[in-house]
Parts: sequence; C-alpha cells; structure tokens
Amino acid sequence: MRDHLGRPVVAVTGMGLVTPLGFGVAESWAGLLAGRSGIRRITRFPTDHLKTRIAGQVTLPGEEALASPERVERMAAMAAAEAVGQAGTGGRFPGPLFLGMPPVEVEWPQRLALARAGATYPAMAEAATGQRALFETFLFGGIGERLAQRFGTRGVPVSVTTACATGASAIQLGLEAIQRGEAAAALCIGAEGSVAPEPLVRFSLLSALSTRNDEPERASRPFEKTREGFVLSEGAAALVLESLESAQARGAEVLGLVLGAGERADSFHRTRSNPDGGAIIGAMRSAILDAGLAPADISYVNAHGTGTPENDKMETLGMRAVFGEAPPPISSNKSMIGHTLSAAGAIEAVASLLSIRDGMLPPTINHELPDPAIALDLVPNVARAAKVERVLSNSFGFGGQNVCLVLGAAP
Amino acid sequence: MSEAVWITGIGLASSLGEGAEVHRAALRNLAAQPVVDAASFAPFPVHPMPALAFDAQIPKKGDQRQMEPWQRLGTYAAGLALDHAGARGLVGEMHLLVAAGGGERDVVLDEAICAELAALPPEEAGPLLNARLANGLRPTLFLAQLSNLLAGNISIVHGVTGSSRTIMGEEAAGAEAVRIAAARLAEGRGEVALVGGAYVAGRWDMLLLHAASGGLWRGDWAPLAERPGGGMVTGSIGAFLVLETGRHARARGAPCLARLAAVRSGAARRQREDSARASAAALAEGLALRPGHAVVSGASGMPEALAEERAFLAGLPEPGPMHFTADLLGHGVEASFPASLALGALALGEGLAGQALVTGFGIWRGEALALLEAA
Repeated sequence: MRDHLGRPVVAVTGMGLVTPLGFGVAESWAGLLAGRSGIRRITRFPTDHLKTRIAGQVTLPGEEALASPERVERMAAMAAAEAVGQAGTGGRFPGPLFLGMPPVEVEWPQRLALARAGATYPAMAEAATGQRALFETFLFGGIGERLAQRFGTRGVPVSVTTACATGASAIQLGLEAIQRGEAAAALCIGAEGSVAPEPLVRFSLLSALSTRNDEPERASRPFEKTREGFVLSEGAAALVLESLESAQARGAEVLGLVLGAGERADSFHRTRSNPDGGAIIGAMRSAILDAGLAPADISYVNAHGTGTPENDKMETLGMRAVFGEAPPPISSNKSMIGHTLSAAGAIEAVASLLSIRDGMLPPTINHELPDPAIALDLVPNVARAAKVERVLSNSFGFGGQNVCLVLGAAP
Repeated sequence: MSEAVWITGIGLASSLGEGAEVHRAALRNLAAQPVVDAASFAPFPVHPMPALAFDAQIPKKGDQRQMEPWQRLGTYAAGLALDHAGARGLVGEMHLLVAAGGGERDVVLDEAICAELAALPPEEAGPLLNARLANGLRPTLFLAQLSNLLAGNISIVHGVTGSSRTIMGEEAAGAEAVRIAAARLAEGRGEVALVGGAYVAGRWDMLLLHAASGGLWRGDWAPLAERPGGGMVTGSIGAFLVLETGRHARARGAPCLARLAAVRSGAARRQREDSARASAAALAEGLALRPGHAVVSGASGMPEALAEERAFLAGLPEPGPMHFTADLLGHGVEASFPASLALGALALGEGLAGQALVTGFGIWRGEALALLEAA
C-alpha cells in the first residue's frame, strides 16, 4: 500500500458538497450531469450601481445577518458533516484539518454599525473595544478553530489560500501530511462565501467578471468564443483523506485515490500567466509525475476553465503542451457552478472522483460558438459516458499559484 | 528520509531598522530601547515602519506601486533573506511559504463612506454603498489586499517559483508555515525554502480588529514585564528565513546560521485543563533542552496568553538569557514566529547561548515551539 515513491497510498473515504446546484453530493452532482446552471440574479443584497449583478448563490437560513466568514463556516461545516458522515470515522476526527478559505476582514454592516458613534477609525476602534464576538468572527484563524472544535480534528487547524487554487492546496496539504506519516487521516475543505458587494466591485475593477446580467444561466461560458469573464460563486467541498491502509483496516469504503499533486508558481504578472505557459505546464506535468504516471494515463481533465479569455487560452496551451496532439476530454464545472474561488479546487476534486465512480463526464455548458483557438474536446453541453480511470484536476490562481491534482479509481 | 534543516539566511526589517546587525545589537544590549510611535495611532502605541530604501529590493517602481506597505515590507524582507543566504541563484526551485493576514484597506474611503451611510436606513445605505465602492475603490488596491499576493509579489519580484503557499490564521500561521516548510525539506521535497511573513502595525483597520479583543495596550509604551494585566503593542515586522537542507548548504558552501532541530505546534481550546500552558508543556516533552538555553518568547502581551506562557516558562529547566520579541520589535502577528526564530538564530550566532527555545503563543489560539541549535 505504498506508491511508486514509497509513500503511503492516500484514499478518499468521504466527500461532501454545497454548491449553487444543491446541498449535498447527490444534488450537486445530478445538477452537473444534467448540465444545469446555478447562476442567477443576485437577490441577497441590492445590486444597484454594480456592473455585475449575477452570481452563484447558496441560500442559507437566516442569511441576512451572516457575515462572509460565518457563511464560509456554515457551508464548510455542512460539506464536512456530509464527508465525515460518509467516512464513518465517528467521534473525534482522527487527523488534522486543512481549510482552504478566503481572506477575512471586518465588513460593511459591522463597520457601519460601529460608525454610528463616530465615523472615524479611532472612534470605531473605541466603539469596538471589548466586542469579543467581533474579534473572534473576523480573526483569520476563527473559522478553522470553530470547525476544528466541531469535528474534533487534531492539532492546529491549517488555513490556506492560494487564490483560485486554494481548494486544491488544502487537499495537497492533507495528502502530504499522510504521505509524510504525520497523520493517518486529514479533513480537507475548500469553502467560499464572497458573494458580497465589495468583492464584486473589486473583481469588476480587474475586468474579471462576466457582465451578461440579463442571461445569468448563459453567462459562464468557459472555452467558448464569446466568453468575457467568470461568474463569482460560492460553496464548499470537503474530502476525508486517509491512508489506504487505515481505510482498509477499518473496512471503510474507498471512494477513490489521490494519486499525486503538483504545483508551480509563476513570476510573470499578478493576474496573468507567463505567455509561455511555463508554470501551468509545470504544475500539470509535476502532478502527473508525482502520481507516477505518464500523460497518456490521464483519461479526463477537470478544467480550471474559468471563462476568462486569458485563463482558457492559457489552459489550452497547457493541455497541448502536456498532452500533445490528442489531449483527453476536458470540461469545466464552472460553466454551471460559476467560480467558487477558494472552494473550486475542492469542489472539482469531488466532481473528478464522481466522474470516475459513475463513468460520466459532466459537460461544459453554454458551448454555442466554438473558439477556433481552442482545439479541445470540451464535452460540449451534454454529459458523456466514458471509462474514467484517472483525472487531472487543474487549479490556477491569481498571484501565479498553480496546483494540479491527479485522482484515481479505488483499487 | 530525515535531512537536517539549517537556517542559511535571515531577512529582518523592523522598527529598529533592517538587517542582521541592528537586531544583533539589540540582543546584546539588555538596555536596548525599542522604537515607538505613541502619537499617530493614539491611544494605541505602535512600533512603526522603518525607513527602507525599497528600490534596493524592489527595483521596479511599477511593482512598488502595485503593493501596499504590508506587501512592500514583506517583499523587502524576503529579498534581504535571499541576499543573506547568497541564494539568489536558487530561486527557480525554491519553495515559498508565507504567513499572511490581509492587506491595507483604503481608510480614507472607508471613513467617508461611514460618515455618509452610518445614519441611513439599510435600504438606502445598500445601493449607495455600491455606488461609493464602485467609484471610490482603486483597481490596484484589491491585489494589494489579497493575502496570497504577498507570496505573489515575492514570486514576481524575486523569482521564487518552486511552489507558493500562503497560510492564514494569525500567529499560528507563522508557526505552521515554518513547520510545513521544514517538514517538506526534511522528507526530501526540495532543498531550499523561503518562509516568513510581514505585519504593518500602523493600520487603523487592524487596530480596530485588535481593539475589539480588549487586549491592546494603551498610552505610554512599557515592556511586557511592566504592563499590569498585560496588553499588546503591535509592531511592524518583515521576517523571512531561508531554510535549507544541510546537505544542500554544505554542497554550495553556505554557512549554517542555526540548525532548526524541531518545530512543534498545538492548539489548546484554552479552557479548563485544555490550557495553553499544558499544550506548550506537551510540545516541550522530549525536547533536548540543555541548561543555559536561551529563550526567545513570541508573547504578544495579550493578558490571558501572557499569563499562560509565564506559567509555562517558569517550568523550564535552568533557562539562560530570556528575550521577548515584543519588547524589541512589538508583536507582529503572522510575522511574529518567523521574527522570533530570526532573533533566536542571531542570538546563537552571537554566542549568547548554544540553544534557543522559541515560543509562539497566539493571541487567541495556537501554541508553537521551535528549538534552534548553534551551528
């Protein structure tokens, strides 16, 4: 039960999902296979004066009063509860927590409430003094600590961000901890709850978002000729990773394997990849190599596929460089879910494992006008049955942080 | 499978200044006084940013403009560490682990929006907020705020591209970044890593958050020992270390500044028996501490954590010289643990002790210990 480098083989024994397509793995996966879009007009807050007024939203009970870190925590907890329940680890979780999540800061409702006593920062700091709940809600370590307490994970909860690669980084950290023998199991979560006015404005100012406000379901168009940006979304995914040995010893159902991970940072630009694609190609190749495989062993690629003109062009370049003239099929879950940023890598890892389990490739929807520059088999619009043994899942982030995972079938 | 991990480069920039010598001098001189700005953010004293010649480490003005002070300070300190280690030629395969919070907000814009909207009913404030943000936010600010963009800037400015991970979560993030970097080197995943963090103390957005805990020290600065009931003074710190396998450093003739013999971390819930002192005591079990070892404490000054740490330190066997990083530099949150490690390594280099125990008790959660051995 060792891999080609003598490391423990790492199994997945639990999975959980919360996406705009539904609560739970079954509902989200059914939506993905049906080619259903989860993108809608934003209803949670006023969208006047915003260039983008659509998003993928997860509607939570009592959400009007929830700050982003509270939304992230709730979605993460739902996904983790599903994953841990499936894994059947019972009681305290037998390993550490790796949480991929967005940055945290005091938000507008809190700021405006504090400002009622005086609108300057010194006055707001005075008004905030002693508000212990405010402090604990907006600490970067707060979400991880509360999840660690709830699930009884061991040791320090590790929160990680690598922008749009965050969810994959969380899985990679768990994979490495098990491979190193630090832990027999790891709870890996990617969660995002940034659908709020300020993040929308920030991404709009980078010209990163689709503005197809009148046709929300058609706005996310990865790899398609008329694509013009990604659609901000939210959700969470959780995976219970476990050494295969430990999983088999306790008779747990093995849902699949994490065969390898690869990463490469780009030094070119804050939001763009080096035109030579070096870091993207390096991350894809190193993941395949880490798994002890050759490119020809990959049956399907779960794309980063954001729907920005830049990403999809560069990902195509990477696919061609790594796989040559006959790349495997590739599709983008983001065409339906939108871009869940810190959660995306984890959500897509779960979808990759489900593709293997069911022998089904979810489609890239909204594929109407092919982009001649993108010569890839995109599984356009309709899910496809296929024998899927090993999936490469790509995640490429702002700030040049690229992480790829290779997932495989249970032995 | 377990390689020795050395510190071969230290990049430290604080209110005391930049580089190893100014910080060594502060360790030698037990009467050293910190640099404090008690006025600009009154009633909260802070240890301010030093004057740094950013051009020396961030040559392109365009890069400097894309960053806020937090990212500039960190990117600058990362460059100092690379120079100190003579490791500029190794950046292509170097692994990067950064401990980060968030970047500076536009405080002027925030205050203007607060002044206009605070008194309005939510249904009026909401649409106006969108308009003010859409017209007021600078496009470059977002990237200067994103936590992972300190690492991004280090990759862009210094070319560090082996891998890049940003750990979040205040003090514990600094310790986890070091622990994970060292563990990866020890198991043979790479030969060189750059690890650290940065914190800018003179920020109202962060002072507001920390004021909410009730733990910020007010008024005139005083050393930790003279803050009745404790209290935290934040410090501007950029702290990066080049970690390297002994094998790799020896092969290229890079001197060992200190050996990183152990990094351990825990997370007590800090209630009843599950206390920070018990957590630290458990971490200290089996550490090969010898009499006379230096202690570099990362105590923040937060009252509860400080009391717990004092109880833990009181149980150490025959410690030697004891330094509190916060007394010299202030508390640097994510940068605190890397900064304390840097001071520990400098203390060993000065011959002040043969070993240094470095502590990191988080303001809310997280306990970490590291053991440094003299080269």
